[in-house]
Amino acid sequence: MSTTVSDTHSAHDAHDDHHDHKPTGIKRWLFTTNHKDIGTMYLWFSFLMFLVGGSMALMIRAELFQPGMQIIDPHFFNQMTTMHGVIMVFGAVMPAFVGLANWMIPMMIGAPDMALPRMNNWSFWILPFAFLIMLSSFFMPGGAPAFGWTFYAPLSTTYSTDSTALFVFSMHIMGMSSIMGAINVIVTIMNMRAPGMNYMKMPLFVWTWFITAFLLIAVMPVLAGVVTMVLTDKYFGTSFFDAAGGGDPVLFQHLFWFFGHPEVYIMILPSFGIVSAIIPAFARKPLFGYASMVYATASIAGLSFLVWAHHMFTTGMPTFASLFFMYMTMLIAVPTGVKVFNWVSTMWRGAMTFETPMLFSLAFVILFTIGGFSGIMLAITPVDYQYHDTYFVVAHFHYVLVTGAVFSIMAAAYYWLPKWSGVMYDDFLSKLHFWCSLISVNILFFPMHFVGLAGMPRRIPDYAIQFADINQIVSIGGFLFGFSQLIFLAVALKCAFKKGKPAPAKPWEGAEGLEWTVPSPAPYHTFDVPPKV
Amino acid sequence: MSTKKEEYSKYYVPDQSIWPIVGAVALGLIAFGAGHFTIEASKQEAGYGHYVLGAGLLVLLVMLVGWFGDQIRESRQGLYNAQLGRSYKQGMSWFIFSEVMFFLAFFGALFYARMIAVPWLGGASNNVSTGEILWPAFEAIWPLTTTPDGTTTQAMGWFGLPLMNTAILVVSSVTLHFAHVALEEDKRKALTNWLILTIVLGLIFLGFQGYEYVHAYRDLGLTMQSGVYGNTFFLLTGFHGLHVTLGAVLLIIMLGRVLAGHFTKDDQFGFQAAAWYWHFVDVVWLLLFVFVYII
Repeated sequence: MSTTVSDTHSAHDAHDDHHDHKPTGIKRWLFTTNHKDIGTMYLWFSFLMFLVGGSMALMIRAELFQPGMQIIDPHFFNQMTTMHGVIMVFGAVMPAFVGLANWMIPMMIGAPDMALPRMNNWSFWILPFAFLIMLSSFFMPGGAPAFGWTFYAPLSTTYSTDSTALFVFSMHIMGMSSIMGAINVIVTIMNMRAPGMNYMKMPLFVWTWFITAFLLIAVMPVLAGVVTMVLTDKYFGTSFFDAAGGGDPVLFQHLFWFFGHPEVYIMILPSFGIVSAIIPAFARKPLFGYASMVYATASIAGLSFLVWAHHMFTTGMPTFASLFFMYMTMLIAVPTGVKVFNWVSTMWRGAMTFETPMLFSLAFVILFTIGGFSGIMLAITPVDYQYHDTYFVVAHFHYVLVTGAVFSIMAAAYYWLPKWSGVMYDDFLSKLHFWCSLISVNILFFPMHFVGLAGMPRRIPDYAIQFADINQIVSIGGFLFGFSQLIFLAVALKCAFKKGKPAPAKPWEGAEGLEWTVPSPAPYHTFDVPPKV
Repeated sequence: MSTKKEEYSKYYVPDQSIWPIVGAVALGLIAFGAGHFTIEASKQEAGYGHYVLGAGLLVLLVMLVGWFGDQIRESRQGLYNAQLGRSYKQGMSWFIFSEVMFFLAFFGALFYARMIAVPWLGGASNNVSTGEILWPAFEAIWPLTTTPDGTTTQAMGWFGLPLMNTAILVVSSVTLHFAHVALEEDKRKALTNWLILTIVLGLIFLGFQGYEYVHAYRDLGLTMQSGVYGNTFFLLTGFHGLHVTLGAVLLIIMLGRVLAGHFTKDDQFGFQAAAWYWHFVDVVWLLLFVFVYII
């Protein structure tokens, strides 16, 4: 492993190597082919989108603070719920994971860069344009899309405004970006591993992303297909989703959720990889059950193609189909349970310390599991008749997406920020960020379970008076959680401007992996010559 | 360790490049322009959408020429090694897999409409009252020549032009294979001829397909508006046609490179990628022919 050290030294006396100088100015970012630059842009972009999508959520919570209509009108409320969902899914969580993949995968497998560096930059730069187009629809007559991020027909066809066309085309180019990013990840992993880095030696973050990339390539084209059908149904007189012409709105839901369910695993599998890197590092024990983690991830991915209609129990389908999708869904609890038990076993009798990445990972394990349990409740068909389209569902998927995906992204950011920036993050602020987030996020989402079970429907700007108390609590939690994220902004900016203690190459005693063999901050080019693993 | 360094053939990581951001601008313009053009066209208003769309396509063209040009130059300079070649091949394979999934969505819509939606509208399963109350006159048959709301059309037969087109596309796959064999055996003249023949067959296919659309609209009354049968017909064959067009453009570029003396037995990724794409498009057509035309 000393190869890397000699490699970075030899970079100085290097001959004709044009790679060594770091380009400066705006051109560095516009024309870059460097996986670290592109990773950085992805991460900042996703954080910006997180704030944009988050402020929409705050609009929603402000309106729901009291029953009755106070601040925004119902149509604008629907635009807020729609764009909040679209932006958080496609603009915040997915790009954040792609950014982490860009930064870490080449360093973790000992590759000089991503396999297709120019396409990598193209994948990133499509996103700002896609979201500019999406957001520009706020200024059109009729406003932005208001049919929910799931854009069910006929809401998105017969009853939508003109912004649908912009929604469809920006989804198309976002999908292209995702597919190209996924192809890049998969090819990098298959083709760029250093000698000796065989598949069962890869860090789990690499493994989970490998499987995620496969899911992306498999389902993003289906999304492209279904948005195309929405476009032709709305503008060109087709009737895919219109019974009068022989089509069926239920077809929309089948196609959408065939994409949509693997999509939600796309947003959680990389989290599993992150947590599987961090928990062993701070428990100072190797990960318990590495191979079973790999197989569990693959099983979850495989099952994700066979469960889509559990989103549609109340839409109506033959009983045998309901049963099939119910049992398949419950089966997912098995590999997921394997993972949770493995994480707990890793910590068992470990020499644990509680640095910020570990705190976020621990919170992830507990809170994601809560989200998983409510998922099992929702999987039970007859019970789902009661829960469907209530705040219980909102609570469920925010537990898996916020305290799951977002918390793992925060954990990853704290874990690798020293490697990225070369300075340690501000410990006090990071702990403040953690505790504020942890407490507020539970004030925000936990009570939603109760209003949901009591029958409060989702996606409404007004509600019955008996839900008022809990909604006020939820809104207070929401604002606390939202503003807590500004602490993270401060931490990240301090690191970006190198304000902090210089970080050693390996700031975490128990951390494992090739990324810790290169100096901090990681040199512009690492592993020009592959290390020996 | 030093021996290790010498053994390792360096993976080519390109320098900064202007083309990705140009490509992103192009896609942005295309998406914005296409969106506004669609809105304007649906209201029959004049607007700027088509100008933006056109500008986007132009920028995309510039980007493709520039980007491929860079890559061809680098490849000719011998900057690429076997590992990079594998990256390109794997990348292309996964791209084709994504295209398979794209078509799967439309085939899925076809199967759902045929096996589930239309029979249910006709009262199958537990939907007797749906049929009787909403559309008592509706008869669930496929091809769906009369929709529940009474729009009528005629079905497209499979004999004649579609069968001929199938033969043309299958033969073009074979001729392309011969071109590849000729490339492997370094028979340049045969390579050029077989490749030209493939392209000509592809263009004839597209011509016939265009004629078939005219026939559908004018003689059969089969249009985009004539219910789910026409919808699946036009979207499946239409997207297939677009893919044939793209495949033909790729083959024409490859013809230009062959004439310029590019490609050898060991250096032929561009040609191979175009050929894979063409074979993929051919397989899609065979499925289309069976499920859209015959059955």
